[in-house]
Amino acid sequence: MYTNDMKFLESHEWVKVLDSDIVCIGISDHAQGLLGDIVYLELPKIGRQIKMNDTVGVVESVKAASDLYSPVSGEVIEVNGLVVSNPEIVNSSPHEDGWLFKVRLSNLTELGSLLNVDDYRKNL
Amino acid sequence: MRKTPFYTCHTKANAKIIEFCNYLLPLNYGSQIREHEIVREDAGMFDVSHMQVTDVMGKDRKRFLRFLLSNDVYKLDQIGIGKALYSVMLNDAAGIVDDLVVYLLDGKYRIVSNAATKEKLLSWIVEKSTDYDVDIDPCSNLAMIAIQGPNAIDKVIRAIPAVTEKLKELKPFNSFNYDEFLFARTGYTGEDGLEIMFKDQYAEEFWQQMLAVKILPCGLGARDTLRLEAGMNLYGHDMDEKTTPSECGLDWVVDTTDESRNFIGKNAYLDLKFRTDASKTQVGVILEGKGVLREGQLILSDGDEVGIITSGTFSPTLKKSIAFARVSCINRSSMVNIRGNLESISFVKLPFVRNGKIISKLLV
Repeated sequence: MYTNDMKFLESHEWVKVLDSDIVCIGISDHAQGLLGDIVYLELPKIGRQIKMNDTVGVVESVKAASDLYSPVSGEVIEVNGLVVSNPEIVNSSPHEDGWLFKVRLSNLTELGSLLNVDDYRKNL
Repeated sequence: MRKTPFYTCHTKANAKIIEFCNYLLPLNYGSQIREHEIVREDAGMFDVSHMQVTDVMGKDRKRFLRFLLSNDVYKLDQIGIGKALYSVMLNDAAGIVDDLVVYLLDGKYRIVSNAATKEKLLSWIVEKSTDYDVDIDPCSNLAMIAIQGPNAIDKVIRAIPAVTEKLKELKPFNSFNYDEFLFARTGYTGEDGLEIMFKDQYAEEFWQQMLAVKILPCGLGARDTLRLEAGMNLYGHDMDEKTTPSECGLDWVVDTTDESRNFIGKNAYLDLKFRTDASKTQVGVILEGKGVLREGQLILSDGDEVGIITSGTFSPTLKKSIAFARVSCINRSSMVNIRGNLESISFVKLPFVRNGKIISKLLV
């Protein structure tokens, strides 16, 4: 589930680099477990310029609403329509099919400040 | 932190354990929504041993409870031993001190009330009983389990054939004793089912017997979505010491039929009930679009605040978000404020769901 190409915020968002400056963002398996059954996602609009640590959306489970933070800065270029209509996919496949949105990075050096998979999992 | 007698059963079933009212209890055993569906379609079991059980004995017990409770335990005598009644206790301002179920048993009354209010309730009862010859026993070492769902009673019969006849005869809101077990046909889910109380030493064996007939464990998460769909209040959220029964849909548990009966909060309750300027009511709310209604969100009508969500969730049965709200008026243009966005809602009569079926009706 957790792979070495993932980087994390302490607030449980992950990033994977897809192609030089294009990244994919989601929430970790640990986060989906804490939230329980996810029933609603509010994701950033395509074209929005976001900054690292901005609140860019909300993940709502049956239990609670949880803010979604961006681990990177850049432009939102795609959101995962499949999870918007089927939020339970974030529970069943948080690191693959349950990705949330893609960003074209404006600052590649930010990636270096994120947690690697071992450091992220140490803090859990 | 306290553990209930079923604690090891939960950990063996891979429960996600959380702290709730100073108890370690299961939030879910994997999927809260799946557990919710099990109760609507089949049969599930909930450890409710954290609830407060208090026995009231002594020669003034009836006179005392007629003074302590808003509902009239006199009605229990009409049906006889085993009968149960839902009630609240009011303070002098007609605010709700706690809500409870009271059972008429042989030689005593048994009160089952909230875990969150344990200490407050016991001191309240003791304080109000000074002029009455009663003995108050806060029962410890009891296990309590709720078996709920359309197949609950059939499955319990399969697990415990000895109670077949008694369970088949048992009417809703009634109970009977079998050995040291009290079987009550009550619950908090809107489905048929039982709540069973017994000595904690039998807990693990009883749990295993229920598992053997495929009654599946369900956690506090499902308990909350089930009770919301069923239109049942949760103390501390939908009602508290500042809420009167009229404001939270509980006028039906205040019995003023016997005019000679005095009970705590009666005068304030009647005064407020007929003051139209103070009138707020409880309604059901359905969110039209996507999102989730949550406690504390405000309801607006033409820019004016007209109400507040007292508890909300995502309803697995309606596949939409539902909530209870306390409002001063309702109309079709009302909206709810979710994180600064105004969203369309409709107002419905509670409950949303009863016996597995969606029954909510539009109010405006």
